[in-house]
Amino acid sequence: MPGKLKVKIVAGRHLPVMDRASDLTDAFVEVKFGNTTFKTDVYLKSLNPQWNSEWFKFEVDDEDLQDEPLQITVLDHDTYSANDAIGKVYIDIDPLLYSEAATVISGWFPIYDTIHGIRGEINVVVKVDLFNDLNRFRQSSCGVKFFCTTSIPKCYRAVIIHGFVEELVVNEDPEYQWIDRIRTPRASNEARQRLISLMSGELQRKIGLKVLEMRGNAVVGYLQCFDLEGESGLVVRAIGTACTLDKLSSPAAFLPACNSPSKEMKELPFNEDPNPNTHSSGPSTPLKNQTYSFSPSKSYSRQSSSSDTDLSLTPKTGMGSGSAGKEGGPFKALLRQQTQSALEQREFPFFTLTAFPPGFLVHVGGVVSARSVKLLDRIHNPDEPETRDAWWAEIRQEIKSHAKALGCHAVVGYSESTSICEEVCILSASGTAAVLNPRFLQDGTVEGCLEQRIEENLPAGCGFCHIPYDELNMPFPAHLTYCYNCRKQKVPDVLFTTIDLPTDATVVGKGCLIQARLCRLKKKAQAEANATAISNLLPFMEYEVHTQLMNKLKLKGMNALFGLRIQITVGENMLMGLASATAVYLAALPMPGGIQIAGKTPSDGSYEQHISHMQKKISDTIAKNKELYEINPPEISEEIIGSPIPEPKQRSRLLRSQSESSDEVTELDLSHGKKDAFVLEIDDTDAMEDVHSLLTDVPPPSGFYSCNTEIMPGINNWTSEIQMFTSVRVIRLSSLNLTNQALNKNFNDLCENLLKSLYFKLRSMIPCCLCHVNFTVSLPEDELIQVTVTAVAITFDKNQALQTTKTHIEKSLQRASTDNEELLQFPLELCSDSLPSHPFPPAKEHLESARSNSGIPAAQRDRCSSWIELIKLKAQTIRRGSIKTTVTVEKASPMGEGNFRNRSAPPCANSTVGVVKMTPLSFIPGAKITKYLGIINMFFIRETTSLREEGGVSGFLHAFIAEVFAMVRAHVAALGGNAVVSYIMKQCVFMENPNKNQAQCLINVSGDAVIFVRESELEVISTQQPTANCQQSCAGGEVTT
Amino acid sequence: MTSELDIFVGNTTLIDEEVYRLWLDGYSVSDAVALRVRAGILEQTGATAAVLQSDTMDHYRTFHMLERLLHAPPKLLHQLVFQIPPSRQALLIERYYAFDEAFVREVLGKKLSKGTKKDLDDISAKTGITLKSCRRQFDNFKRVFKVVEEMRGSLADNIQQHFLFSDRLARDYAAIVFFANNRFETAKKKLQYLSFGDFAFCAELMIQNWTLGAVGEAPSKPDSQVDDMDMDLDKEFLQDLKELKVLVADKDLLDLHKSLVCTALRGKLGVFSEMEANFKPPAPQNLSRGLVNVAAKLTHNKDVRDLFVDLVEKFVEPCRSDHWPLGDVRLFLNQYSVTVHSLDGFRHQALWDRYMDTLRGCLLRLYHD
Repeated sequence: MPGKLKVKIVAGRHLPVMDRASDLTDAFVEVKFGNTTFKTDVYLKSLNPQWNSEWFKFEVDDEDLQDEPLQITVLDHDTYSANDAIGKVYIDIDPLLYSEAATVISGWFPIYDTIHGIRGEINVVVKVDLFNDLNRFRQSSCGVKFFCTTSIPKCYRAVIIHGFVEELVVNEDPEYQWIDRIRTPRASNEARQRLISLMSGELQRKIGLKVLEMRGNAVVGYLQCFDLEGESGLVVRAIGTACTLDKLSSPAAFLPACNSPSKEMKELPFNEDPNPNTHSSGPSTPLKNQTYSFSPSKSYSRQSSSSDTDLSLTPKTGMGSGSAGKEGGPFKALLRQQTQSALEQREFPFFTLTAFPPGFLVHVGGVVSARSVKLLDRIHNPDEPETRDAWWAEIRQEIKSHAKALGCHAVVGYSESTSICEEVCILSASGTAAVLNPRFLQDGTVEGCLEQRIEENLPAGCGFCHIPYDELNMPFPAHLTYCYNCRKQKVPDVLFTTIDLPTDATVVGKGCLIQARLCRLKKKAQAEANATAISNLLPFMEYEVHTQLMNKLKLKGMNALFGLRIQITVGENMLMGLASATAVYLAALPMPGGIQIAGKTPSDGSYEQHISHMQKKISDTIAKNKELYEINPPEISEEIIGSPIPEPKQRSRLLRSQSESSDEVTELDLSHGKKDAFVLEIDDTDAMEDVHSLLTDVPPPSGFYSCNTEIMPGINNWTSEIQMFTSVRVIRLSSLNLTNQALNKNFNDLCENLLKSLYFKLRSMIPCCLCHVNFTVSLPEDELIQVTVTAVAITFDKNQALQTTKTHIEKSLQRASTDNEELLQFPLELCSDSLPSHPFPPAKEHLESARSNSGIPAAQRDRCSSWIELIKLKAQTIRRGSIKTTVTVEKASPMGEGNFRNRSAPPCANSTVGVVKMTPLSFIPGAKITKYLGIINMFFIRETTSLREEGGVSGFLHAFIAEVFAMVRAHVAALGGNAVVSYIMKQCVFMENPNKNQAQCLINVSGDAVIFVRESELEVISTQQPTANCQQSCAGGEVTT
Repeated sequence: MTSELDIFVGNTTLIDEEVYRLWLDGYSVSDAVALRVRAGILEQTGATAAVLQSDTMDHYRTFHMLERLLHAPPKLLHQLVFQIPPSRQALLIERYYAFDEAFVREVLGKKLSKGTKKDLDDISAKTGITLKSCRRQFDNFKRVFKVVEEMRGSLADNIQQHFLFSDRLARDYAAIVFFANNRFETAKKKLQYLSFGDFAFCAELMIQNWTLGAVGEAPSKPDSQVDDMDMDLDKEFLQDLKELKVLVADKDLLDLHKSLVCTALRGKLGVFSEMEANFKPPAPQNLSRGLVNVAAKLTHNKDVRDLFVDLVEKFVEPCRSDHWPLGDVRLFLNQYSVTVHSLDGFRHQALWDRYMDTLRGCLLRLYHD
């Protein structure tokens, strides 16, 4: 009996009128956990009842504590008939189970009803007394912390990053059980909400167990998803990265460290020196002396000899610490071995993280992805839940082998998704193949890790861009050049990744959001034929999406994509592809060539003219974009403002490096020559369309930037104003003669118009950047396309921006030049992409019945071809309940009187509702997160049978999303938090039947509840770059000199 | 391609003041879009008409959802669905309850009943304010009236507590409620030159001095007075005002009063002769008689309603026809009320002060073109 849960029901307010006669309500509350239920007294005739109940105590296993939600039901007492339910509150008590998180849940929760929405609020206090459990065979995993954040959380330090954890649980969907035919929609919705809550808890507990097995204490980048497979069941699956985290003692201690590395570097007098031996300096006093000891001439002669010899000399000079030797040749092999062995122990060397501690990411290969089309079938064998496991294992295996083919031993920024339409399901997985530094992956003492971190803190800038591959054995034809930063390693001409831009990457100008959008019509078909048709279409879609991305990237004059997310959605008669990424210009990569258009039929004069006209337009656009995003890469990076080294010296060296190191120069020149334009052949009208569509994307209005990564490259000085939002649009296609082209245009317009609307709505925030723009496409019905966008708009200070950009560039230049690559010379393969190479075996697989929970009778159900159809079917049987929309004007409620007695106070200042910020990012600009309170993972269903009365579909969904936000905020506030970070709306399934005046919507959201403190309140001096460098904070704390 | 559904929900509810104004003014979405286009927003922002339409729809939907809460402003503060910064909440409330001068002049002093509500079409046609906006304003008046009707204590304070208005708006609503309750006539042609501000000013003075609440004991124990209400005029006081008649009925008193006033004002008043003439009993526009008669008539409800008509007829118009400057009116009224203290035969000094202090303030405010 390892836990005691205590619940107290304090009061309610703003309850709906349940008794028409008296315009009042006789409310009482049922508190249920597991199979135990307590009740409060009935509080007669009040819309603001004060129950002030005793403590209800539940004595439960910690296993149940993890799985079960606390269920609070508010009812209206009725002497003669059944008590009417007012609404419910589900409280996930998981945050109370870790020692460092929240200790009490206390606050006002909206009372939610799936038919009426929020109906008043209830004040609840929840506490848990946990007893120590020494049972080694326990099934619970209390104490394992969960984070949605896909980087190491701000007030923690990663001691070890263990790796991938995954789990899935399967159950029957209550909506498809026979009993659903006779129960009310409310009962059905509540059964579903409860089941999913239960399954989430179970899933989290099971993942926690795996983490404990790996000796970790936390899951970072936890992503849980639902697959509503309709008839065949309900799958809840989750992936994450197991870590051992160490809490940083005080927030102030690591704060100044954020900026220290860069500061330190600026102090170095020779940072612009391309000689790589300076990089390993660390706290660099000895180095400084050494450099000054060279007489100018001497130093030239030495340095001009060749950078390679210098490199080998490095250990001998004994700079820095003794550990520098480790970076020598033999160590590399060792390191690689270590890394590989460390990773090979794992079944899947995957990491759901998108941002990493400094030095973790050594090389990035490119995007790897795999998709597979499966047929869902009815559950035949309830005792075999492994079918889905096997499907995912297959896909992960494919990802792993793709990564291997690219010479990479790990996949970072890994994610999985599904798209389901009737009985066809597309499973997708994608990530970025990478080579990692093993030190975070091994068990070891904290001290050891620290030491290593110190020595390796400085390499960066361009390291991750260097191709980790064997030039002679390229898996993919690509132009290679020497790195434009260090000029020693080879880099590809473009780089695609699914991760965030590394904080130390050198970027020129600003980035921008790029989207590739694509629709393909598909014949309606059943079962296997349908799956085959989809499988056949997929490779073409992937290819086209990729081509579009590449073209748009070139059009922007940029050379790398971060945060790439390709979503393929399947509908009954079409497939949709939407790829979003943030394009940037990486200084290390070559300047992209332009786009050249070549016509196939040169005979026609007017055609030629047309082509040349088009060519001009494209070239103009590229030039305009370069100006817009401030892409003017420095031709030579040696020029550094404020350098203590005298000008002449610099110049002479510069000259020399151009004339003397012959090899390099020729290579560079060659590469310049090779940098030919990307040729687009226009051989048919389709291609023409493609080119046209390239030019239709309008850049955001001035003052606006957008990206789908955490932060916008080139903007560092965010102000504290943030606005998270969700926008949903559904369009109905005219069904007449739909062609691929028309479809594409419609889809393109939908996305573009949506973005335009966002820019317009948020115009008061200019200058501002939309960050973490996350588009989701679904095809709820034949002719409907639904696009859901969640993002956060953050304002920034324009004047300061210029300043910091300058210093940022300065800094990065310094960094780049001090970089060296000893660690990065593994023979790895280039992969700028790997997209069109996946086969899609048309596989028909039978979904075996997979239920983890027994007790639900395997009842006979009519076979319905789809979920939606069943909804429709069900809708016919729905009785039109009496819907009361009640508006009550309270006269002098005790609360109101109490609060507003004092006249002298400004009337609106005594608001009792605390502000809770929400953001999809892992940080709050201008603030420090001081505590993580636990994961928020909520699932809501809302249904209406009076759609028109609630303002139509827009009114219905608008209200529902606002209510979901409110419930998330209330839970966070009750935990004592004031923000949700890494917030994500994972699902928004909307179905309507306007003819029947009905609609239903399911929403699943998650995030991390946190407490943040404004930096101004912390009295911290250096707040200039609160965001850009925060990633370094974890490791940076120890580097301060 | 048609948009079936198009929504935007922010964690902080976006409030566009411009669109809010259009919504409050009762424009339909399409009218609002047209007005915004005319205001040049497309040129300023480079947006398209479709974007504007979607944005306007969205704001209207938000306002529609907020309206229910605005009917009981404390609810807006405590609700959890819309996260709105306090300053914006205040703005929402203040603007929602704001009213048009033209509209309030039409309904001021009328009974806030269904009958009046039926006349809103005419008011809308007359004032050019949309019917929707008229309804909102009318409903606001009625809502505030209903809530504070039965309450004790200061009217303005009650309104402020229950509707979270600014001081200014609370005072205006107190005036509206007070007028509606006492049904003062304000629509007569003679009174058309008066603004709402003039009436509100008078209402405040009357509430302070002439109501039941005004004679309440020390504010420290407001509950001690059972009928501590600001809404109704003090009936007893009105009855007592009959006693003032002696000032004009008693010839000696009248003469003494007159001579005292004349002596004090001789040489100070530009319109001395006119003033002096006005004291004479046969003079049709006897100012003193007029003021005292107004007081004496206040026992009848009908005459209470006509208070402002009477004041304008009996005092403002005569003075205006003689071209009294405002300064002279002030001097006269001061002297006129002060000298009564020197009338030894007059026993109702306190009553006189309670009446005349308020009346003097009102008259000075009402005396303009």
